[in-house]
Amino acid sequence: MTTTIEEPEVRATLPRLNEPAPAFDAVTTHGALKLADFEGSWLILFSHPADFTPVCTTEFIAFAEIYPELQKRGTELLGLSIDGLSAHIAWVRNIEEKAGVKIQFPIIADLDRKVAAAYGMVQPGESTTEASRCVFVIDPKGILRAMIYYPLSTGRNMDEIVRLIDALQTADEHNVATPANWHPGDKVLIGAPRTTEQAEERVGEKGLECIDWYLCKKSL
Amino acid sequence: MPCVKPDGSLSTSGRLMLEAVRPGSTAEDVANVTGMPLYRVRSILRELLDADYVSEEGERFTQTEQGAAKVKSSS
Repeated sequence: MTTTIEEPEVRATLPRLNEPAPAFDAVTTHGALKLADFEGSWLILFSHPADFTPVCTTEFIAFAEIYPELQKRGTELLGLSIDGLSAHIAWVRNIEEKAGVKIQFPIIADLDRKVAAAYGMVQPGESTTEASRCVFVIDPKGILRAMIYYPLSTGRNMDEIVRLIDALQTADEHNVATPANWHPGDKVLIGAPRTTEQAEERVGEKGLECIDWYLCKKSL
Repeated sequence: MPCVKPDGSLSTSGRLMLEAVRPGSTAEDVANVTGMPLYRVRSILRELLDADYVSEEGERFTQTEQGAAKVKSSS
């Protein structure tokens, strides 16, 4: 009699916002790095499907272009794909040779997929062998603050990534929220009143631009 | 180890880092001296610790005798 033993499906769980980002100890193009090494800085951990592919190459050039802007904001970049270290090194050198762009940030060689699994970067509906285009924003205390997932076919928008860092840092510094399409210098949103008394006070408050009691903006 | 080679010699970054370690230096002190990002300093200091080129007490680092000899021989 033969029995069929089905292997349990391995499902990577997604990390959760406002919880500690999954710790890792990874091999990178800048040596062995741990998540803890980035403590005190903002970190953008991002994945790409594969080295030496067209969309990823345009993204890497674009990430390299925004890296100085991110550094001005106390933010580091860390790439990842399920490729080996030699492939990463060869690709980085190729980008510099062919496009004249130096990739200054480290890239994780996640051949054992440990980091990809911890962050839910492999989306089996899309590909079982490659990481999707994921972006994780981790704050200086190691808390996961934002996640963006893009499909394999679509290169990411770097302006949005810088804008996201600006918005998170502004929200933290001033205890405010930011409206749709906000950019630095635009008015910000203040939290909605929690009581009828606060609502009454809010509509008469000076210095605010209120559409109604629950939707008020102010300049910083 | 990328900064400490199998024969015990140091890469350029490893040598710069080891030279920057003064008695009781923190990772932040070394980052300020070398201009390297803090994450990279922490990673390289870990390698230098494993190679016994620096010692750690609390969060402060000091060159060991072996580390000082390495700096001297590579300068």
